[in-house]
Amino acid sequence: MTTHTESRAGENISAAPTGTAAETRSPATAGRPRKNAMTRRDNRAGYVFLLPWLLGFFGLTIGPMAVSLYLSFTDYDLFTAPSFVGFDNFVRMFTEDPVYIKSVQITLLYVLVGTPIKLAAALGVAMMLNYRNKGSAFFRSAFYAPSLIGASVSVAIVWRAMFAGDGPVDTTLSSIGINIGGWVGNVDLIIPMMILLAVWQFGAPMVIFLAGLKQVPQELYEAAEVDGAGPIRKFRSVTLPMLSAVIFFNLLLETIAAFQVFASAYIISNGSGGPAGMTNFYTLYLYKRGFADLQMGYASAMAWVLVLVVAVITFILFKTSKNWVHYTGENR
Amino acid sequence: MSNTSEAVRGEYVEIALAPATPPRRRPKRGAVQTAIWFVVLLGFTFIVLYPLVWLFFATFKTSGEFGQNPGMLPETFTLDNYIKVIDGIAGVPLLRFFGNSLFLAVFSVIGTLVSSAMAAYAFARVKFKGQRVLFAAMIGTLLLPFHVIIIPQYIIFQKLELIDTYVPLLLGKFLATEAFFVFLIIQFIRNIPQDMDEAARLDGAGHPRIFFSIILPLIQPALVTCAIFTFIGSWNDFLGPLLYVNSPEKYPLPIALRLYNDTTSGSDLGATFAVSFLALVPILIFFIVFQRFLIAGVATQGLKG
Repeated sequence: MTTHTESRAGENISAAPTGTAAETRSPATAGRPRKNAMTRRDNRAGYVFLLPWLLGFFGLTIGPMAVSLYLSFTDYDLFTAPSFVGFDNFVRMFTEDPVYIKSVQITLLYVLVGTPIKLAAALGVAMMLNYRNKGSAFFRSAFYAPSLIGASVSVAIVWRAMFAGDGPVDTTLSSIGINIGGWVGNVDLIIPMMILLAVWQFGAPMVIFLAGLKQVPQELYEAAEVDGAGPIRKFRSVTLPMLSAVIFFNLLLETIAAFQVFASAYIISNGSGGPAGMTNFYTLYLYKRGFADLQMGYASAMAWVLVLVVAVITFILFKTSKNWVHYTGENR
Repeated sequence: MSNTSEAVRGEYVEIALAPATPPRRRPKRGAVQTAIWFVVLLGFTFIVLYPLVWLFFATFKTSGEFGQNPGMLPETFTLDNYIKVIDGIAGVPLLRFFGNSLFLAVFSVIGTLVSSAMAAYAFARVKFKGQRVLFAAMIGTLLLPFHVIIIPQYIIFQKLELIDTYVPLLLGKFLATEAFFVFLIIQFIRNIPQDMDEAARLDGAGHPRIFFSIILPLIQPALVTCAIFTFIGSWNDFLGPLLYVNSPEKYPLPIALRLYNDTTSGSDLGATFAVSFLALVPILIFFIVFQRFLIAGVATQGLKG
């Protein structure tokens, strides 16, 4: 190391023109505190490489977050200066805005019912695919496809047509004697329909589950079998614990993503959030308040409530994960 | 060099796609069980892909058939819907919307790759002051609901008079604001043995040289994954252009689709379906060509997160 550093310092100067300007340094400092020079060079290189991200992080994320936090305590309509109103927006939200309360309720319903169903479907199908290697790649791809396009406007349009009165779903159900008419205008069925759209996109968590399942050592199952465990016992005592880290990851990501459903609700309800506010999901209501009514203070307050809710959920999941997430080997 | 590249690339895909443990003797499956397995999964596939296949055939139905024929196959095949939509809507030809979407997607990919690869290199291979804190902050933004920043961002871009330009849609991509991609590349770089950059360092190569001639060639699979995800994300993005793009001639496809979909102006279902389907075609092609990369990307993300 010591012998090499000498030649390094020398070569570096000759290499400087091809490198960044940051690399040029006077030979005097290059000789003695080599370690320091290297650290400094690393520091500079680190920040040079990080520059775009830093600009984005402060300019487009942290800065705007601070602005949004400030605006949440004001009335602001984009054209006149914001006026400070203290906690008014937050108080109004929970006491004087039934539309907000309803929006929170349907969003929670959508997240709390939809996410577990989606993950259960993902895990169930992943286990089926894991049963056999041959041929499973085809199915895995087919099931993954909806995850890529599920959030698109095209799919929302198709979904609405599929579940409309006289649409394919309705006629199929009618033919087996279930007459419900269209789902889209039906106050009770629109959320199940939206949940089905989310569940349809089970492919992404399924791929993650499948990769996790392939890492479960087969010996554990064999040992369980020797102990006389049946399929249910094996699932509970081997599969679930071995997959708990992956379940945790999927649960966290899918929950947070579900809170942010927007495009499909917008398209299916033509931006209205109807029928009767049943697709007025949190982010759609936030959008309408902020950009249609230009109540940007109020919308910012709504956004911060969402951030807090997501933070709390993340925190709870992380805290409780110690009790049920089981890490193996060097996975920490 | 090329050997290592192959190995890393292989490993990357293999991590996700092959069993981690060498193929083990599994209990023998009977032919009947395998047949049941196959049939059940085929049934699932039918259900999962039904909406897409239904859409495809719906684009060939005559306008009289909607509401009359909910079945998949049209009674009379017609290309009318496609012929109709070529002219576009609101005085803008359909190709223009495609062009706009393509422009946004391509520049999103370029911006994301450059900025994310740089940030990932800094986090994975350079030691600098404040690294831990910044890395934690970056991971934090992974979970941040982005609705908290759309209002202030809109205000900023409005004050800068950048509304109805593509700047608000593209700027963030050039500044690596999507932490997921930075994270994905970091994970990938961490799998590359350090020996080579150490050797290069001893030979006097600085960080830029190590980045360009060692790391970049080796992380190509991760870059491909990021590129495809970025392309698809940009192609599907609805909220961004909904906020920032006002003139129809600048509309990308999802916003143009909203015009077709607007039932108040008496929408033409056939035309709407045709454009919906055309908008999905590039994604489906990407998916069919690059599915291994996509699935490997999703899987590794989950396993190491």
